[in-house]
Amino acid sequence: MLRYFTLLMCLCWLVPSQAATGQTLRLALDADPVSLDPHEQLSEGALQYSHMVFDPLVRWNKAGQIEPRLAQSWQILDARTWRLQLREGVKFHSGNDFTADDVAYTIARLQGSTDFKALFGVIDQVTVESPYSIRIHTRHSYPLILNILAFVFPIDSEYYQGRDEITKFGRSFASANTSGTGPFRVTERLPGQKLTLTRNPNYWDPYSPGNIDQLEWIPIRSDSTRLAALMTGDVDVIASLSPIDIQRLKRRPDFHLASLISSRIIMLQLNQSRRKELQDWRVRRAINLAINQELIVEKILRGYGEAAGQVSASQFLGHVDALMPEYDLAEAKRLMAEAGYQDGFSLSFMAPNNRYMSDEQIAQAVVGMLDKINIKVALKTLPKAQYFQQFDERAADVMMLGWQSDTLDSNNIFEFLFACQNSTTGRGVYNANGYCNPQVDDDIDAANREMNPERRIRILQRVERKIQQDAVIVPLHWQAIVWASDTQVDIDPVLNFQNFPYLGDLVRHPEAGAQ
Amino acid sequence: MLSFFARRLVQGILVLLTISLVSFVVQGKLGDPTQQLAGQSVTPTERAELRQSLGLDDPLLMQYGRFVKNALQGDFGESYYYKQPTLTVILDNMPATVELAFCALLLVLLISTPSGMFAAIHPKHPISKVILFVSTLGLSVPIFIVAIFLVYFLSVEWQWLPSFGRGETQQVFGFWRSGLVTQDGLAHLLLPSVSLAFVLTPVFVRLIRAEMIDVLQSDYVRFAWAKGISAPRIYFVHALKNTMLPVITVGGIQAGTLVAYTMITETIFQWPGMGYMFMDAVTRVDAPLISAYLMVVGAIFVITNTLVDLVYGLINPRVRISGYSI
Repeated sequence: MLRYFTLLMCLCWLVPSQAATGQTLRLALDADPVSLDPHEQLSEGALQYSHMVFDPLVRWNKAGQIEPRLAQSWQILDARTWRLQLREGVKFHSGNDFTADDVAYTIARLQGSTDFKALFGVIDQVTVESPYSIRIHTRHSYPLILNILAFVFPIDSEYYQGRDEITKFGRSFASANTSGTGPFRVTERLPGQKLTLTRNPNYWDPYSPGNIDQLEWIPIRSDSTRLAALMTGDVDVIASLSPIDIQRLKRRPDFHLASLISSRIIMLQLNQSRRKELQDWRVRRAINLAINQELIVEKILRGYGEAAGQVSASQFLGHVDALMPEYDLAEAKRLMAEAGYQDGFSLSFMAPNNRYMSDEQIAQAVVGMLDKINIKVALKTLPKAQYFQQFDERAADVMMLGWQSDTLDSNNIFEFLFACQNSTTGRGVYNANGYCNPQVDDDIDAANREMNPERRIRILQRVERKIQQDAVIVPLHWQAIVWASDTQVDIDPVLNFQNFPYLGDLVRHPEAGAQ
Repeated sequence: MLSFFARRLVQGILVLLTISLVSFVVQGKLGDPTQQLAGQSVTPTERAELRQSLGLDDPLLMQYGRFVKNALQGDFGESYYYKQPTLTVILDNMPATVELAFCALLLVLLISTPSGMFAAIHPKHPISKVILFVSTLGLSVPIFIVAIFLVYFLSVEWQWLPSFGRGETQQVFGFWRSGLVTQDGLAHLLLPSVSLAFVLTPVFVRLIRAEMIDVLQSDYVRFAWAKGISAPRIYFVHALKNTMLPVITVGGIQAGTLVAYTMITETIFQWPGMGYMFMDAVTRVDAPLISAYLMVVGAIFVITNTLVDLVYGLINPRVRISGYSI
């Protein structure tokens, strides 16, 4: 009986998938890009889109290394000058040739973009040496040039010139028209409904195995609708999934699950400026010890995360292997008693409820855990739009935050979260802990200039150790990236820990579904 | 007649003014739009400049004044996300919602009238008991459970119907993107409209039943029986007409419920209509779109209720709208 049922299910499954001939891939994500202008917003969606329609100069591979794309090779001429050799014979979607002028133009445009200027402020000048070679001069020695070049998706200077203004809140030419070099070109865009891309027949990369001719990017907000769309065969690939949905899908052999641990660290910021109790190191340490990260990952995230004892992910230079999540309730109680708070106190706690994986449940678990050391936590969870407004106002004693380092480097986390606050430079903008340590600030500055990798690692690890020693925040976990697809598609090879899948290289095997 | 319309117009304007005021007061609490549209590395100073350029830092009253002034000239602002005039966005999304609501209401009418009448005419019949039981169920089960249940069985498990979206649409009359004219569009319409109808029908079944029982006991019906008029004529012509009076009134009030329920239904089924657009706008803090949507919905309310009153006057000659009679 069961066999017939399975057979029936397989048959049902076959019908819609066969209808999708040609190599069309329907991709359902929780949002679509806000604009077709790759320089308008620095967000996950915008970068996922950029990797489809444009090509970066360099990109990260799965192993966490930088690989050449439109920049073929690079060399450091001196501490402040880099030379890039660009790929020849690449054409934009408009038919124009890709040259060094386009790169210089793109970097200049990025420096004028509200969202990207912070990353590119360090670049002083870009000089075009020859049609396929450029020099980049930085304001000071800067070790992370390649990391920021991964954000340079050259656009067609001839095509955009003269109508290239970046408008965040209104129509602009670039927000509705594109010409990049990427594996796909935009054919149709219905904001909030569908973005249709077709394969660029003149794509330059002969090694790209990708065989998707048409890609439909469909934003589906609700988790359960997205999952249902995959299970009915209405779409082929989905991300992201809630842990419960993952469990449901795991039982079905006709779907693939692909996941990897990202470098997005989820943490609790303990605000020392709001509460004198939190100024006591022993209290902060006790809170750290009372929270059981392993349990959160195991029970709430069902293994789709990695418990953290520090903020730097294992791929980052600042990562210190010895810093593991610690859980010791007895010691936590002892420290609370030593600090004179054996009877506890109460704290306010705010967390988003639709931003990070299972954020609300995690926040509730934290409330329970802190209750064991007599800290009464008043939790308020909010949708992300309201939450981040509250976060800006530092409206609670404890606030949950997730952080993905744009440069995939520890120093970005330190700069934004642990440096003393400065609203004009943007330093410490997300510092909701009130921590301000001149020594840490000096180290952050040094790490921004240090060209020697070994010395740089030492500096970054020193900061990481200091932050954990001072128990400034409570690191919780690095969140997993989870994608699901039908059996015709194996998304795993094109995923990376930034969550910008290289869908241009995605292969679809139509015959695999018949198994 | 004229004074009736004039009064309605004044009322409508007052309603819209109130709605716009409320939507403005609420907006500040929804979140900061510049935060939604700016990346994490944008400094607070730059964000403040963005806010300034949008005029978000001006006093609320000044912003409101500007909004009203522009609105009077037919300009309801431009959506942050769609980058188009808000009215255009709403009108683009309206056909999907209208078709969904229309089909759901059609289902409601076709199901509730016969079943309500049957339950009134044969109160002791087992089928009547079943009708009442199902209507209780419909009243007590929330719409999202109904919708998820339907999707789970009909789409995921049995794969009969699509689970989301509107499917294939076609342009009709040059401006209306319709899903009613394609088979694919109709298949997509089925689940959302059934779930919407499921929660709206029970109220009408019960209302029609109660009213019908009442009417059937009235003198004029008894007189009709005595006169020997045929049963169908008594039920369908004499009784039903009077039964429908309160149904129309309640129907007008239920228009509000319908708007709320379409929002939920559209979110669950990713139905690209006004409700989904609104929910999305709230998540994105697309303030101009939120205000414009509320205004449009307010206007729809005023218009529906005016129509209801007019129809009421037509059906029930005892009710005379002042100035409406000759």
